Parts: sequence; structure tokens; C-alpha cells
Amino acid sequence: MSVLLIAEHNNKELKPFTLNAATAASQMDTDVHAVIIGHNCSDAAKALSELPLIKKVIQVEAPYYENFVAENFAPVIVKLAESYSHVICSANTFGKNLMPRIAALLDISQISDITKVISADTFLRPIYAGNAFATVKSKDAKKCVTIRPTSFDPCESSGGSATIEKSEPCEEFGQTKFVKREEIKSDRPELGTARVVVSGGRGMQSGDNFKLITSIADKLNAAIGASRAAVDAGYISNDHQVGQTGKVVVPDLYIAVGISGAIQHLAGMKESKVIVAINKDGEAPIFSVADYGLEADLFEALPQFLEELNKLNTIQK
Amino acid sequence: MKILVAVKRVIDYNVQVRVKDDNTGVVTDNVKMSTNPPDDNAIEEAVKIKESGKATEVVAVSIGEEKAQETVRKALAVGADRGILVKTEGDLEPLAVSKLLQKIVEKEKPDLVFMGKQAIDDDCNQTGQMLSALLNWPQATFASKINIKDKSLEVTREIDEGLETIEINVPAIVTCDLRLNEPRYASLPNIMKAKKKPIEQINASDLGVDTSSRIEQTRVEEPPKRKAGIKVSSVAELVQKLKNEAKVL
Repeated sequence: MSVLLIAEHNNKELKPFTLNAATAASQMDTDVHAVIIGHNCSDAAKALSELPLIKKVIQVEAPYYENFVAENFAPVIVKLAESYSHVICSANTFGKNLMPRIAALLDISQISDITKVISADTFLRPIYAGNAFATVKSKDAKKCVTIRPTSFDPCESSGGSATIEKSEPCEEFGQTKFVKREEIKSDRPELGTARVVVSGGRGMQSGDNFKLITSIADKLNAAIGASRAAVDAGYISNDHQVGQTGKVVVPDLYIAVGISGAIQHLAGMKESKVIVAINKDGEAPIFSVADYGLEADLFEALPQFLEELNKLNTIQK
Repeated sequence: MKILVAVKRVIDYNVQVRVKDDNTGVVTDNVKMSTNPPDDNAIEEAVKIKESGKATEVVAVSIGEEKAQETVRKALAVGADRGILVKTEGDLEPLAVSKLLQKIVEKEKPDLVFMGKQAIDDDCNQTGQMLSALLNWPQATFASKINIKDKSLEVTREIDEGLETIEINVPAIVTCDLRLNEPRYASLPNIMKAKKKPIEQINASDLGVDTSSRIEQTRVEEPPKRKAGIKVSSVAELVQKLKNEAKVL
């Protein structure tokens, strides 16, 4: 049997985490097929067919697939799932919204947010905000699995030439209507995939003060993160939240500024390669995970930090 | 409009969870338990809707061991009208929980079912979506704003890219984000009053649902420890270390 990967896209391009999910899928079975459901999504389907890991692409089109409504997507996957041993997608808000609906319709107990494929039926996944890791073995004949994208490397994105097959859409689910999406456009690297992340917490004291974070992030070509406290306080929008209920990031360098380091925040960043904490409270829990801690007032430290960065001849991008 | 709210009893969010020495699970003996935080938001929202006159009854349901009664009682103390406890032995997977909730929905016939978007113990993020699939109802997950209309809801959802707004017809499932509202504290008089509110007890085994486990948890272990870091005394030293020692600049 083969693995069915659900592609995430915006009808024009693949979303980058599709490449991470493809890697995870290929570790369960080498025969990976991918389904792309959308509206006028042929460009994205073509990009999908070029991933060398993908052996076949199934494209399903209808106008009501334009906005990724889970109630419309689930029956398509359920129909296709008959020929597959696994159904896979990323454990981001797209996959979290969609996969349980598929699993319930297939009467499968889903395994969420895995960080490692141990074998075709056994996986490692974090529980309790990453304070424990469980090895879990699925006893269902088919598996529905969501994968933590930052735990798998993205696959090659070119060189493949899988066939693209069209498949019939299912009927529209009439009880859910898409109204609008407010995406925050930015020239910065995406938070989930950035090499460097600079995050601010409650210690920033205002949204305006986040410009101190922005200027450092500009210099380092970094994404901007935030603790839940900073988002709750309205300093910055929700798409920046790092943590148990926000995004999980694993950058080469994570700089936490004015973040105390609640368990829920650590869950989203403690796998980062190098962690820097800047906080005036020397007892803050963030220092327990930091490789380099600086006990200082951020309003003095950040301008100095920028000054020191400006003195460097080169900065890695 | 009648609202059913599902609440789960979990290890309190402030507790530093420890793995058992025999690697069979995490330590729960003598550990503080509380309502799953986003479930508090779900109750709060239901109660607010009732207070605004748009709902007639709020029913809190929990599925778990006898002690989950405390979680139902807390929901009653912040404004739910009555409670249901579906008693089970041991931990259930979200699929089994959804099937039990489906039975309660068929019995109670609510117009809306609210719950938290994720439980902070198993971090599965499945139950609401699964229940919605089993009932063939619309779902609005990760809700940070709910606007009740006549026969529908307009819900703002927090997604990775920002915000999304959808309109779903009633009956429907909403899973709540922590930013949906600010849950109130129960006042002492309301805690006393809640003691008189009814909690119906149902044995899960009487609901005719197969709740057997489909996933075997073979081992639970501690996450890899980070090696201890150092404190630097100045910004200049920090930048020098990042450049020359960690080599990330």
C-alpha cells in the first residue's frame, strides 16, 4: 500500500511545509502519492509533480475548494483513502483543522504532530507541551498522521516528473461559508522556516516598542516571534505567536527578548539550535534553556545590540 | 438556543510535568488538576451568549473518571446551568471521546457545541473536528471571535497566516482559542450555588460505544536535556560569542 500526502498550497504555489510532510511520508512508505484539492491550482499541482519523492499526483478541482474548507476537503480524502495505508499532512492549522475530520469519517484514531517516524506504524510525538515524548503504535489498519513540519527536513523540490491524474470532486458541504482571510503580508522570512527568529514578550511593554525587535530582525534577516502574553496584550498579531498553542520554531538562532519563559512558550522554541535570552529578571525560567543569557534592561540592550551588529563586517543570511 | 460545552480535567498548566521512572506515563499522583485552559474560554463564551439573551441553556459535559465531576462543578460555578459526567476508566483517545459526545449530543440536542481547541495534556487537537465529522455538522476551529446571528455564526479563526472568517449554520461545533475571551473567576456565592445544580452521571459503558484503544503507548520519556548555557556580562560579549563561538552571525 502507498502513502497519501495532502498537499498544502494557495492554488498557485505549494506551501513550504508540504516538502517537510513529503519527507515524513516517504519514511513510512517509499510509494508516496500526493493529492491537491483546490480551484485553478494547476501550477501548484505541477510544482507538486516535480518533487522527486512523489510518484503520482491526484488533482481535484472545484470552485468551492478555493478556500480550503475542511468540510469540503474531508470527503475527497475519505474517498481516495481506500487505496492507501497512510494519510499524511502537516500539523499546522491547515492539517489540524482537516485531518481529524478525515480520521473520524474513516473510524481511525489519529496520531497528531509526530516528530519522528520509528516504523510504518510507530511514531514519536511530544505530549504535555514537549515535557514528555511518547512512542505510540497505531493498531488501526490505516493510519492518519499529522507531522510536525520543523522536525523533518524539506525534500528536494525539483527533478521529479510524477503523472498528474484528475479526480472527480465531491459535493459541496453547504453549511459552511468562507467569508474572508486576513493574511499579514511581509517580506521577512516565514516564522516557521526562518534561520533566525527574534521574539518579544510582555517585557516589550507596547506594540510600538516592537520596533526595537524589528530593527534587529531587519539586520539579521530574521522572522519576528512573540510570546502569548505579547499577543494577548495586543502588541503584535496572532500569526507571530510561538508556543504550545502557537507555532513551533527550530531556527539556528532564537533570540528571546523580555520573555519570561513559561512552559507553554518553551514548547515552541526550545529545540532551536542556539538560544539567546535577554531579560532583566535574572531568575526568569527562559535562562534555563538559553545558551547565552544576558541579564539586562532590553531598552538599553537592544539599541546596543543593533550597534554591535552594525560593527560586524558580515552577517550570515 | 442551547449550548453544550465539553470540558476536560487535565494536569494544571503551571505544573512542571515529570515522566514516571518506569517510562509508562507521567506522574499524576498528588499533582494539581484543573480545567483544560481553552475549555474555560469555551464555558465563558457560552455563558456570555446566554447572558446576552441569545441562548437559553448552557450544559457542561465532561468525560473521565469520577473526579472529573470537579471540572463540571467549576463550569457550573461560572454559569453553566447543569452538568453531565460520562464516567470512564482510564484515558480515552479523542476518537472514543467524540463518539461518546455524539451520544450526548443526540440525547441533549444542542444547537451549538463548544470546547477548547486543544487539550494541554495529550496535545492532540482532534476532538471537536471529529465530533463535527461524526455529526456531519460544520466546524469552526481555533475561534478567537464569535458573532451570533439568527441561524448561523460568524467566526473568526486564528490560522498560521493570520485570521480567517467563516460563517457556519447552526447546529455547529466551535473549538475555542485562548484569545476568545477572558474567563471569569467563580465567586464564592456562585461556588455555593453550583453545589445545588444537578450533575447527571452516566456510565460510558451504557452508551453503546466502542471506546477501546487503537493506539498503544509503548514508552514515555523525558525530552533531551539542553546543556547548560552561560550568562554573558555585556552586549558586546554576546555578539562576540554568537559570532565566534556559536558561529550563527
